[in-house]
Amino acid sequence: MAGDYALEELLIATVAGLLEGCGHIAVGVSSPIPGSAALLRRHRDREAGRRTRVSIIGTTIPAYRTDGGVDLFDSAGQGRVDAFFLSGGQIDGRANINLVGVGEGYPQQKVRWSGSFGSAYLYFMVPKVILFRLEHSRRTMVEAVDFVSAPGTSPPNVHRPGGPYALVTDLCLFRFDRRRARFSLASVHPGHTVGEVRDNTGFDFDIPETVPETAPPDAETLAVLRETVAPDIANPYPNFARRVWGARGVSGGVSGAA
Amino acid sequence: MSDILLADADALAAQVPDGAKLAVFKAEGGCAAMAATFALIRRGVRDLHLVTVPTSGLQADMLIGAGCVATVETSGVTLGEYGQAPCFGRAVRSGAIRVIDSTCPAVYAGLQAGEKGIPFLPLRGLIGSDIVRHRDDYRVIDNPLAADDPIVALPAIVPDIALFHAPLADRFGNVWIGRHAELKIMAHAARTTLVTCERLHDGNLLQDETLAPATIPEMYIGAVAVAERGAAPYGVTGLYEDDAGRLAAYAGMAKTEEGFAAWLEETVYGRPRIGVRGMAPAVAAE
Repeated sequence: MAGDYALEELLIATVAGLLEGCGHIAVGVSSPIPGSAALLRRHRDREAGRRTRVSIIGTTIPAYRTDGGVDLFDSAGQGRVDAFFLSGGQIDGRANINLVGVGEGYPQQKVRWSGSFGSAYLYFMVPKVILFRLEHSRRTMVEAVDFVSAPGTSPPNVHRPGGPYALVTDLCLFRFDRRRARFSLASVHPGHTVGEVRDNTGFDFDIPETVPETAPPDAETLAVLRETVAPDIANPYPNFARRVWGARGVSGGVSGAA
Repeated sequence: MSDILLADADALAAQVPDGAKLAVFKAEGGCAAMAATFALIRRGVRDLHLVTVPTSGLQADMLIGAGCVATVETSGVTLGEYGQAPCFGRAVRSGAIRVIDSTCPAVYAGLQAGEKGIPFLPLRGLIGSDIVRHRDDYRVIDNPLAADDPIVALPAIVPDIALFHAPLADRFGNVWIGRHAELKIMAHAARTTLVTCERLHDGNLLQDETLAPATIPEMYIGAVAVAERGAAPYGVTGLYEDDAGRLAAYAGMAKTEEGFAAWLEETVYGRPRIGVRGMAPAVAAE
């Protein structure tokens, strides 16, 4: 990946584009790139006079909630959260996600991850769920997940206002068609090819006749990221901010880190 | 003033019997009772049924690694930015503990059923997840008020003991929890609640109009002990920050059983350091 921007900055700008029109964006734990994208979206919307809210779980900023986690889930159940992010140790072609483990014999699988968190609920409730996974390989993008933490689609009688909208990886952007339960390649990041995406994906997906390159972040976007987003995201994610933006990220609230 | 106030975290830990269903609070925000957890490990508690509300980090991982846990009911055990929870992973893979997978709002809903004294609450989502498939205590039922609308019924969660750390308590046993309102649900649902706090408030928290709304009244509280920097190496909102160096050290050391044993030796059994080293660093810059 060449150019005068980091891969993280490309992904943040891409995700921020997907968030257009979302009035309330919630971000879970361990999600620095989605969190940065939400803050970038909010900045752009504010410039345009729109009041976009961002809630980053596990932080006190911005403090739209005083009732902790319960408040987030309850408000999502009412339709007050427009966008959320989920990931998976495995993601399959029907957008099922697995946050639990790899192998047969659950619960004694050969690899055990942390657990499903809020996915089995929020994937159903939030209209625009963006899947995000930085390692795009046949290990992560599989034909069928070994454990369904949360299903990508549901039968028509199951109450499900929400679900998967897109999948962002370090190689490309997919969009998801809920009716067909199938991903379609939307763009490939600069420096990568459609063939590379196909070779590294364990599930079938649609490939349109022409697949554009993911638009790189422009100078204005990069300036906002480095001056405005970096110090804000450094509070929940000091290590991330330091790694991507160096000293810029450290001006936020990172004292006490050894 | 009352026998609700105990001398220290070790006296508090002595109130947790082997085999208890123990609810512990997530790592973020500083309400994970780490000093009390070290004391539980020192006391050698066994066969806990741990309920993480709704997740846990170092706290569950250390209790599991130290052999204190028989069952963990959780939506996630993770060290967050520092990586996977190594003792949890080892124990699940080897079958040393029983894991009951949940999802965050289901833990809250179960506790809410518990605090209401009702047998179950329904929750949206979940249908089609392998979580439901592997839990024989969840039921997919028909919404009795509408046609063709399946919904999941979750049993009440009633912990024997809820355990957390708070910024402030008073001598009467009232506990101020700041913005962490989920702690109320946890304390209401549990048969009793044990609390460590950073310091004692002069007077009665319930008589202060600004503090009372974020205060759990003493009728829910079994005992309180002061434990300065009682959440360390996690930080407490507004008071002190995460000790990133110690958290990273744990993530590295706990990758092997030998490393974890060394961590226990220097952190839990060699008692002075957690309380003492804390006075120096870092209240947040902002």
